[in-house]
Amino acid sequence: MANSIAPTYRARLNATQSTESRRAGYFLSAPAAVLLIILILLPSSIVIFLSFTDYQLGLGETRFVGLDNYAATLASAEFHKSLINTFIYVAIVVPLSIALGLIFALMIEARRTFKSFYRTAFFLPVTATLVAMATAWEVLLHPTFGLINTVIALFGASKIRFLSDPDVALYAIAAIGVWKQIGFNMILFLAGLSTIPVELYESASLDGADRGWRRFLLVSWPMLGPVTLFVVVITLIRAFSDFEAVIVLTDGGPIRSTAVVLFLLYEEAFRYFKIGTGSAIAVLFLVFVALISWVQWRIAEKQVHYV
Amino acid sequence: MFERQTNRPNIESVVGNAILMSAALIMLLPFFWMAMVSVTPQGEVYSGALFLTPSLQAAQDNYIFALSRAPLLRYMVNGAVVCISILILQILIAAPAGYALAKLPFRGRPLLMAGVIIGLMIPIQVPAIPLYIGLAYAGLLDSYTALILPFIISGFGIFLFRQFFATYPDEVLDAARLDGFSELAIVWRLMLPAAWPAVAAFAVFSVVAHWNDLYWPLIVILRPELMTPPLGLATFRQSGDSAGNIGALMAGGVMITAPLVVLFIFAQKHFIRGMTLSRGKNPLNSKGKSI
Repeated sequence: MANSIAPTYRARLNATQSTESRRAGYFLSAPAAVLLIILILLPSSIVIFLSFTDYQLGLGETRFVGLDNYAATLASAEFHKSLINTFIYVAIVVPLSIALGLIFALMIEARRTFKSFYRTAFFLPVTATLVAMATAWEVLLHPTFGLINTVIALFGASKIRFLSDPDVALYAIAAIGVWKQIGFNMILFLAGLSTIPVELYESASLDGADRGWRRFLLVSWPMLGPVTLFVVVITLIRAFSDFEAVIVLTDGGPIRSTAVVLFLLYEEAFRYFKIGTGSAIAVLFLVFVALISWVQWRIAEKQVHYV
Repeated sequence: MFERQTNRPNIESVVGNAILMSAALIMLLPFFWMAMVSVTPQGEVYSGALFLTPSLQAAQDNYIFALSRAPLLRYMVNGAVVCISILILQILIAAPAGYALAKLPFRGRPLLMAGVIIGLMIPIQVPAIPLYIGLAYAGLLDSYTALILPFIISGFGIFLFRQFFATYPDEVLDAARLDGFSELAIVWRLMLPAAWPAVAAFAVFSVVAHWNDLYWPLIVILRPELMTPPLGLATFRQSGDSAGNIGALMAGGVMITAPLVVLFIFAQKHFIRGMTLSRGKNPLNSKGKSI
């Protein structure tokens, strides 16, 4: 590629320019490097430090308390409850949004008509402002006049207090989470499907797997491996971080039934200003994200590259 | 074989379309219902009717009530100011850094690259507490600065630009240098225009994220005149101001959702690229091989 300029000339050019381009390198990357440190890396280190202290905003004395914040957090019933809530939420949102995203992607891929309408309809929730859409869901789910309860009543069943019944609220919030995530996963799967070479389908059809389930198992599913790994990881991280619907609709209630871990972090740090506890939860969250990313990386390294 | 195929998919496609169409309608139901309730008389909404009949009068009442009780337009202006400021600053900072990482050999480059990748993986909830404390000490809470500053550095933006710039031919750069282009001029006049699909996708990614964000504004903003659309709407919902007026609340929802939804419908391709860019299509996803 570099042959379009004579080699000797190019070397001379490089020599005169190397000092200059090094200086330019520092100059151009300096703002980003400084801001990266000030706004991300340093605060993230400070949060680790704070998690070992009893720091209080506005109070002078700060003491090292070792692992006290972690011990207190891990032992508190509040944290246990939020952990269980988070796991239930994640256990619903991750598999459902991935399975439905994949199914809809496969179905849309096979269509010849309305493709772009479907894509738009499924993806729209991803772009829409969740706070507004959550209030729309609240109206749909309203215990007395909500459309969904009107339909339930038509079938003769009794109405459900979706967001105020502690046995139901978390599932209602999770349903909103699934609704929001399906389109995102669908688009990633569609992108993955579009990279599968046609020849693979052709040779599969020679083996008799020309369509449907067999074709899916023989070609599509193995080829979607890398995409699926990515979808699982990003959906996991997103599901763990979701709590806007909780803040807007239930504020963690009724009786803490929708208080997920990141909601607890928000409460501790920014409502009660218990900086130490909040920091400890933030660090636990960071460890979790790092762990998932590391696992993803390890699996990805071992994965066979087909394309 | 071809005849078989033209016959068979007909049943398949009818069933497939029926399933997809019903699913699509369920996905769109909250949008449709929000819009319908916003233009329907209160009494009818409360009656729990299955089919709402909108009226011009109700539409007027709801939208005017919403606009008079909550400064929704102000929220939207705030949202636009914040999103545009963040986006411009992100690009101003990320593009030169991306160029340096892609094309300029300097010591510390691998270190910066590592920092960028770590930076793009750290969720905002982690540095949030120290950032909040820092802003509090600087007396900057409850200001545009508080809304904008934490996001002007985008590890993701740097990474994305670096990947795009890396594919730019070196010969053109050398020629430009001979023509007297400074390195900065190369970034703005050659690299960025050439990478405009990446810029467009990044713009969508950034604007959608910050227009929709509730978490950070909720933490740093108390004054109503500085609220962003999601925070403003959430406050309107909770305050007595909406006075249980569901139609007005839905009118507010329609207004703050409309800009992105309309943009999405007109610029779908960029939107989908931008939104899934976050890792879906970027080279990180091709298993770090290209890093």
